[in-house]
Amino acid sequence: MNGTIMNKNDKLGFLNIDTSLYQTRISNKFQNRKPYQPADPRIILSFIPGTVLDILVKPGQNVSRGDDLMILDAMKMQNKLKCNMDGKVKSIAVKKGDKVSKGTVLLELE
Amino acid sequence: MPVNKKIRELQEKREKILLGGGEQAIEKQKAMGKRTARERIMALLDENSFNEYDLFVEHDARDFDMDKKSLPSDGVIIGSGTIYGAPVAIFAQDFTVAGGSLGLMHSRKITKIMDHALKMRMPLIGINDSGGARIQEGVNSLAGYGEIFFRNTISSGVIPQLSVILGPCAGGAVYSPALTDFVFVVDNISKMFITGPEVIKTVLGEEISMEDLGGARVHSEITGNAHFFALSEEECFDQIKKLITFIPWNNGQKARMFEPGEPKPEYDINKIVPEDPTLPYDVKDVIRAIVDNSDFFEIMELYAKNIVIGFGRMGGRTTGFVANQPLEMAGVLDVDSSDKAARFIRYCDAFNIPIITLVDLPGYMPGVDQEHAGVIRHGAKVLYAYSEATVPKLTVILRKAYGGGYIAMSSRHLRADFVFAWPSAEIAVMGPEGAANIIFRKEILSSADPDGMRKQKVEEYKTKFANPYVAASRGYVDAVIEPSETRKFLMHSIEVSENKDVSMPHKKHGLPPF
Repeated sequence: MNGTIMNKNDKLGFLNIDTSLYQTRISNKFQNRKPYQPADPRIILSFIPGTVLDILVKPGQNVSRGDDLMILDAMKMQNKLKCNMDGKVKSIAVKKGDKVSKGTVLLELE
Repeated sequence: MPVNKKIRELQEKREKILLGGGEQAIEKQKAMGKRTARERIMALLDENSFNEYDLFVEHDARDFDMDKKSLPSDGVIIGSGTIYGAPVAIFAQDFTVAGGSLGLMHSRKITKIMDHALKMRMPLIGINDSGGARIQEGVNSLAGYGEIFFRNTISSGVIPQLSVILGPCAGGAVYSPALTDFVFVVDNISKMFITGPEVIKTVLGEEISMEDLGGARVHSEITGNAHFFALSEEECFDQIKKLITFIPWNNGQKARMFEPGEPKPEYDINKIVPEDPTLPYDVKDVIRAIVDNSDFFEIMELYAKNIVIGFGRMGGRTTGFVANQPLEMAGVLDVDSSDKAARFIRYCDAFNIPIITLVDLPGYMPGVDQEHAGVIRHGAKVLYAYSEATVPKLTVILRKAYGGGYIAMSSRHLRADFVFAWPSAEIAVMGPEGAANIIFRKEILSSADPDGMRKQKVEEYKTKFANPYVAASRGYVDAVIEPSETRKFLMHSIEVSENKDVSMPHKKHGLPPF
């Protein structure tokens, strides 16, 4: 695995640091990183992996900040997902019994 | 010679227990490509050096029909022996006995050998191959794990602790290896995770194989939990044996001296590093051009490859190497590489191993992902580890040493004992392009030919600052040396640092940023 002078056929890319371009190998982690996107308060994401136990609102329903939207069963706890703004339920992306991973879109407000 | 009846009785008892979980279970173990616990110990230790203890220990669990079950040696083998003459204490979980599950007596055997290792100030090797807690023994099993973790922590930095994962190591059990100094894994055999694929499937409906979740490659390349990756148990044991030759038996000693040998001529130190600071090379070749016999023993070879760590010898003395790797991600410091380097620096410091740092980096990695992953906190670990270390610290600036990266990489300001720079060194706040764009912004923007002006100013900056002589004029660099003089200067520095003695202010312990 080691013991050789650098192989000239190595796949090299370029990395920009302080406007200098460095020729180097680019890691998979860097190549696969997701570009930053600011959080959208209208989209409710699951904050923990779990199962949708109950959905307490319907599409089109008016909701206010602090209302319970959904119950997510996770880590042996029934977690209430609260509404973080005044608005209306635009759509619900999951149904009762769905297993969701962290970061799954559960519900959209408008 | 007639054998005494009682001696024959002992021999018979032994023979029965030495079979472990029985022939069927042993066959199963072999079918998985694994050796038995006893074979592993024999393969690792010097011939005939193993003394086994607690062979006759049995569990006394009563619930869930456990009183009807006999588990030979309670599923773990303990004892001591030698590796190349170095004393080691060892335990090996026996998967053929109740899946190597950990009950109260099993854990008491492990803690007994751990206490022994600490008392006798000798390295401890743990071979993990266990299905996890022995659920029938309830909280006694949890208590057993806790007692092991406590001892791992108390022994940390006093005796070397090596964990060898040769089978499953799941749930709470993973925290013992995580608390030890070096973790060895073998492809297709080692499996480590907190929650296994079945739980993940039940909770999330996500399917993943054990190998993809917590196999040897995952822990060597992605998580950084493992330090040594091997393709077979045999290769793994060779790695362990080699490591044992590099480290001292405890924190009150130095590593054994070996016969010194010159580096191999094929590593021509004058030809490895390109002059253009944006071009890559393999910094391991520089290390091999410096160390005895060009023998560099790399640690965490597959993780955060932008920094290289490992052991070599200088004039027969074990030395730790930390080097930026321009070949990978331009050698930047980032979250993972900082973590990797900082832990190694602390290891060397704890066990009286001098550190040689080879510097060639453009700085810390920019990016939202890095900032949000806490590159400030993780990057600070490198500064902390170098500042705190009182072992001899030798630094060679090969090429770029820009900004925070310059300070972090064992600079004079963090109390490096010797700082050398090659004529190709560029010690500056940032690279010439970036610096010229800021310092000469007005001149460049107001010029009729901005590109031409920029080039001119970059050149001006290069001549003035991108060299080792400004730092040398302040005494931040002790000597500007030719690459070919590096080994000579380093060997001398290590020799004269042999009795280095600095004292730190009294404290219970510091608060490194972890």
